[in-house]
Amino acid sequence: MVGIVIVSHSQKIAEGARELALQMAPSAKIASAGGMKNGDIGTDVKKIFAGIKEVKCDEGVVILVDLGSAVMSSEMAIEMIPENENIILVDSPLVEGAIFGAVEASIGSPLTKVVEVLKGAKNYKKF
Amino acid sequence: MATKAEVLDFVRIYGDKMAEHRQELTDLDQAIGDGDHGINMNRGFKAVDEKLPTFADKTIEEILKAVGMTLVSKVGGASGPLYGTAFLRAGASAKGKEALSDQDVILAFDEGVGGIQYRGKAVKGEKTILDSMIPAIDAMKRSISEGKSMTVALEEAEKAAWAGVEYTKTIIATKGRASYLGERSIGHQDPGATSMAYLFQAAREVAQKSGK
Repeated sequence: MVGIVIVSHSQKIAEGARELALQMAPSAKIASAGGMKNGDIGTDVKKIFAGIKEVKCDEGVVILVDLGSAVMSSEMAIEMIPENENIILVDSPLVEGAIFGAVEASIGSPLTKVVEVLKGAKNYKKF
Repeated sequence: MATKAEVLDFVRIYGDKMAEHRQELTDLDQAIGDGDHGINMNRGFKAVDEKLPTFADKTIEEILKAVGMTLVSKVGGASGPLYGTAFLRAGASAKGKEALSDQDVILAFDEGVGGIQYRGKAVKGEKTILDSMIPAIDAMKRSISEGKSMTVALEEAEKAAWAGVEYTKTIIATKGRASYLGERSIGHQDPGATSMAYLFQAAREVAQKSGK
């Protein structure tokens, strides 16, 4: 099953988005990598690296980010993983992406399909 | 030329400067960013400082790489991956070298700025670190090629870096969070360019102390 890593400057946001997504798709493989080691606001390359390793599998991994340094830190964490072709950083809304991604991954969709759904989350109309 | 002791001194002095100017950098960032640049850089270099005693038996390559790795996990903001990548690449350029010749120092800075450009996907003129770093490296190269000492070269570099910092007040930010402000970012000094100018100041002080 495609793994999901949620990266946010806030540990609580990353954990909260994971919690919400797991409620929809309890079998999904989701790692949260929010905030700094001590809980401060920020992004930590090593924490993201650990998150990727936690959910890494042959089917691949998608990474969702909030903004700013979350992008650069995630790119750096990806580069630190050997054979990283199937680890994809996706430009998607964080909360919606976590939920849509978890549902899509948990039904066994391949990486390309999960990425497509995540990108589409940008255009999702709430009402 | 730069010895391992001088590289260590440079890291320590730059860390001191990040502590000393923590509030100034944070204030600059509060005006146009998320207001944490000074706090972040200080947190990163405090963590580096704690590791300094373990650097004694390491090579220049290992020291610079250890600084880079510490920054990417302790800084927290965009300056973590940016400065982190710069130190990691500068470290890689020093592979196998006991000491750095003037050309090696230039190479380390070149690799560093290349790392920042790669990571941030920015170019000069976007109100970033690069606006003080690129002119500083150019000035340093010019001085060294004219046969001047490392101290003079780094004096010129620092001067160019501060001129670059002044220049950032006149331009619009198109990268980072400051870009959300658009034209309102004009008139404000870029915090990243400022912290980079202090890096050249630290390097200049080390060269001056050694009389090189």
